[in-house]
Amino acid sequence: MDDIGSAFAEAARMIVAADGQLYGIVLLSLQVSFTAVAIATVLGLPLGAALAIRRFPGRQVLLVSLNALMGLPPVVVGLVVYLMLSRAGPLGELGLLFTPTAMVIAQAILVTPIIAGLSRQVLEDAWHEYAEQLRSLGATPTAAAATLLWDTRYSLVTVVLAGFGRAAAEVGAVIIVGGNIDGVTRVMTTAISLETSKGDLPLALGLGLVLVAVVFVINAAAQVIKSAAVRRYG
Amino acid sequence: MELRTRLVRIAWVLLALACAPTALAQRFITVASTTSTEQSGLFGHLLPIFQQKTGIEVRVVALGTGQALDLARRGDADVVFVHAKSAEEEFLREGHGVRRFPVMYNDFVIVGPKSDPAGIAGGADAPEALRKIKNASAAFVSRGDRSGTHIAEVNLWTMAGIDIAKDKGPWYRETGQGMGPALNMASAMNAYLLSDRATWLAFNNRGELAVLVEGDRRLMNQYGVMLVDPEKHPNVKRADGQAFIDWVLSAEGQAAIAAYKIGGEQLFFPNAGEPGA
Amino acid sequence: MLPLILEDVSFIAGGRAIIDRVSCELAAGPRTVILGPNGSGKSVLMRLCHGLLAPTSGRIVWRGSHDDGRPRAQAMVFQRPVMLRRAAHANVTYGLKLAGVSQAERDERARDVLDAVGLSGVANRPARVLSGGEQQKLALARAWALEPEVLFLDEPTANLDPGATREVERIVDQIHASGTKIVMTTHNLGQARRLADEILFMSGGRLADHAPVERFFAQPSTGEAAAFIKGELPWS
Repeated sequence: MDDIGSAFAEAARMIVAADGQLYGIVLLSLQVSFTAVAIATVLGLPLGAALAIRRFPGRQVLLVSLNALMGLPPVVVGLVVYLMLSRAGPLGELGLLFTPTAMVIAQAILVTPIIAGLSRQVLEDAWHEYAEQLRSLGATPTAAAATLLWDTRYSLVTVVLAGFGRAAAEVGAVIIVGGNIDGVTRVMTTAISLETSKGDLPLALGLGLVLVAVVFVINAAAQVIKSAAVRRYG
Repeated sequence: MELRTRLVRIAWVLLALACAPTALAQRFITVASTTSTEQSGLFGHLLPIFQQKTGIEVRVVALGTGQALDLARRGDADVVFVHAKSAEEEFLREGHGVRRFPVMYNDFVIVGPKSDPAGIAGGADAPEALRKIKNASAAFVSRGDRSGTHIAEVNLWTMAGIDIAKDKGPWYRETGQGMGPALNMASAMNAYLLSDRATWLAFNNRGELAVLVEGDRRLMNQYGVMLVDPEKHPNVKRADGQAFIDWVLSAEGQAAIAAYKIGGEQLFFPNAGEPGA
Repeated sequence: MLPLILEDVSFIAGGRAIIDRVSCELAAGPRTVILGPNGSGKSVLMRLCHGLLAPTSGRIVWRGSHDDGRPRAQAMVFQRPVMLRRAAHANVTYGLKLAGVSQAERDERARDVLDAVGLSGVANRPARVLSGGEQQKLALARAWALEPEVLFLDEPTANLDPGATREVERIVDQIHASGTKIVMTTHNLGQARRLADEILFMSGGRLADHAPVERFFAQPSTGEAAAFIKGELPWS
């Protein structure tokens, strides 16, 4: 209980003191995860739409695989990306290992199946309602997909937030491909991991509280925007 | 302001914020080192001095000794800075490194519960203490991760005439993790443990643990530094990597190492000139 | 595009013949109402004609030439209107945009058609918050804006109260007057009498009767048709 109390105190102190190092770590965490989620959204939403609307041989296998990939262990993704980006690996020439870009790549790989899989479910449910009307109006599959994506936008915001939550919370992938280098690739989760292994549990927990608070604020902001849009546009 | 305009503004801000920070066009080298060294805080003290002087940023990737050497074997580091002489010499024999230089040493200590069920407190004979622990079947936490600390621990068991791989029992717990988690575990279990002094001094979660055996010459932990061989790995930054090694071995670098203290106590003892170290 | 010819069309699903060897011709002009008890295949027949379903056997052919002046040759209004999550006006322009109509003309047509169905007041409201009757009128407006040659309607007033039903029937009449062929299903005899010029009577997946409306009600040519007419109270 003592530790938890000190953790709250530590978190409060860090935030109030406007600790430069802390803000650097928070900013980097957000940059990496936002970028990864943006990439995953651009890749995942069209994939989800295509799977929702089209029927083709092998679709069932693809669906099952996609759902399974939602549960990819971050550390496995990290290992695979590390082996790809290592100097000894196929993409070593790019020199991306131990940079934030490598972290973005790993998190994008982790989050894309989540966004594709969850959006596929949302879009498929919507398609049941919209299919006949859209086809009657002459919508091509591509136009129908775009219309569905826009019409289900509120549910899709939740899907994207789920992806963001996954990215912001994981440590297994970014610690391997990023190397947790002080000032360069240290993010919230890897910093927490480091402080835990140093035995400074109040600090680790304090950082954890800051991370949870940041994610909470982001979710709250998304909710506010959503509510305003619903009021305005229905 | 109209909602749509506001939304678009927010979207632009988020986009700008999210622009992936590419690896800056900053001059840097990658040093593979160990978790215990990084967690001691030495790098935080040492590297800014070097960067101030040369403008070279040193990026430390901290892993276990085995992993650090493997990283270098793949060419993902420019310099290796670890503390396991036999593993380093094997690294050189394989042709991955140019030359090994001794840099500094710190020492290991045997920590354990103040209640001391194996009765080793105050001793100065490390292998003897381990023998007593085994005979008492007292709980003992091992790194078990091919780190420098782990290798040193295994060597001590051997000096005690014990083949720990064969003779271990349920009292011997291998974590496969870094020094910090191992200390956490020992603290939680009231177990004995071999730790480097630096990590111990920086460790905050001691519980019932205290230093019970120290000072034995065989508990010395020697650090070596090597440049990864650019002949074998052309991407290695030879000049800047060598600059770092030269500085660490120089009078200025060695003085900086000696100046690093926790609670007034010096952690690392520079010995770059010592033959056979 | 008209006339629409069905030659021996069958639609089999789940081992059952939902449409069983139906042959008929739908010509331009008369308002066609497809009548029949529940489960007789009325809705499936509509969807086959519109092209939403493909027949298991037989042919469906549009014998006429394609009239280039119209954005869409055919449109359909369903029993439950499906509105997009946007303003009423935007729902109407959506169909026009798909048909390639220019922005300015889209807006103008949408305004005109919303005016004609009496929804100008709610043009900027989110379509999904409108009442059932308003949404169905909006669906009609959306279809009308496309100036289709044929308008299919699948039980359009089944879920509406009498007031809304009357308004919908009035609009259907207006659409017909503007040159669109009406093909509608209903199980409401009164509505059939009011709106039809000819009746297609379906029973058990077969086309049991095809006659001008007067003759159908006065002298139903099959026992089933007669029973159907008698069994239902003529709601007006």
